Amino acid sequence: MAEFTLPKNSVVQEGKTYPAPEGATNVQEVHVYRWDPDSGENPRLDKYTLDLDTCGPMVLDAIIKIKNEIDPTLTFRRSCREGICGSCSMNINGRNTLACTKDISDIDGPIKIYPLPHMPVVKDIVPDLTHFYAQYASIKPWIQSTTPPPPDKERLQSKEDRAKLDGLYECILCACCSTSCPSYWWNGDRYLGPAILLQAYRWLADSRDENAGERLDELEDPFKLYRCHTIMNCTETCPKGLNPAKAIAEIKKLLVERKIA
Amino acid sequence: MSLRSPLGTAKGLGSAKDGLHHWWAQRVTAVALIPLTVLFAFQVALLSMSDYKTVIDCIGSPWSSALIISLIVAAFYHAALGMQVIYEDYISNKAIRIGAIMTTNLMLFLLGTAAIIAVLRIALGG
Repeated sequence: MAEFTLPKNSVVQEGKTYPAPEGATNVQEVHVYRWDPDSGENPRLDKYTLDLDTCGPMVLDAIIKIKNEIDPTLTFRRSCREGICGSCSMNINGRNTLACTKDISDIDGPIKIYPLPHMPVVKDIVPDLTHFYAQYASIKPWIQSTTPPPPDKERLQSKEDRAKLDGLYECILCACCSTSCPSYWWNGDRYLGPAILLQAYRWLADSRDENAGERLDELEDPFKLYRCHTIMNCTETCPKGLNPAKAIAEIKKLLVERKIA
Repeated sequence: MSLRSPLGTAKGLGSAKDGLHHWWAQRVTAVALIPLTVLFAFQVALLSMSDYKTVIDCIGSPWSSALIISLIVAAFYHAALGMQVIYEDYISNKAIRIGAIMTTNLMLFLLGTAAIIAVLRIALGG
């Protein structure tokens, strides 16, 4: 059966508490999920108290401050700090989002930081995205065309056709949507999940691609595609404001168009 | 432990190249169930104060029995399709999953057949 409770060795325990620095008046509590694969211990929740007067405005600034000034053992991914690399995706106060574009001032009470849900954890808030990336590779996310490109110029695309990629090309593969999807939690080994299906539709919608038929053949599967039950968590959580649920619906519409309509 | 590559794991056994029919049939039966259920509910409400013979005559009339049998077929087929989706979502053990789907399909087939025979007996005066 789908597991609804954590196994014994995954139950989160009370962790260390780091008090506010002396003289701080504008303080913010930050709770962070910690797990070290080498320690053999259960995960724990560490509680840090930061002085916001000496901290940047975003949740990622708070995490960097913790690592730099309080606890260098804290492990996390981050790169661009401006919402374009997708590295710092994590669960903040119950919602998957990018730490670098999440304002601390938008959060009431303590900031609660966990890794992306239902993924294997490498360490602390770093999830193992190997399978997610392999699923991305499996949909062949590149242009496939038999017609050779013109020798003297690039492949052309009309403005209207280019506009069909808006709302798709912006996806940064942060995995916030896929890891918020219950269908991906229960059947992520086979279900491609919203992020990968949005990417699959991005190539189906590209006027320069000539392999729509093969792409649809590969997607038509009770598990790869039809685990989507329009729960809409993906669209609700996308930090880039995209709509993966709509992209999945468009794939289903194309399959109906091919066989029935 | 397996040394299979992540891509090999993700591709698995490939696409079943099937699933559209199941998904489409679930939607078609859902749409069909809206008028069929409303009509049946109206009929039951209208007959609620009638005597036995009036009820039997009304249910046994050709259009009425045809609509009720259509409702039974659509409802039981829709239930079988929907239960399969729920089992596939929540039961990860394959043996239990297939067992649950088979048992449910057989039970729904049996109950649907019994319901249709009941209507036919009224309609054909069995």
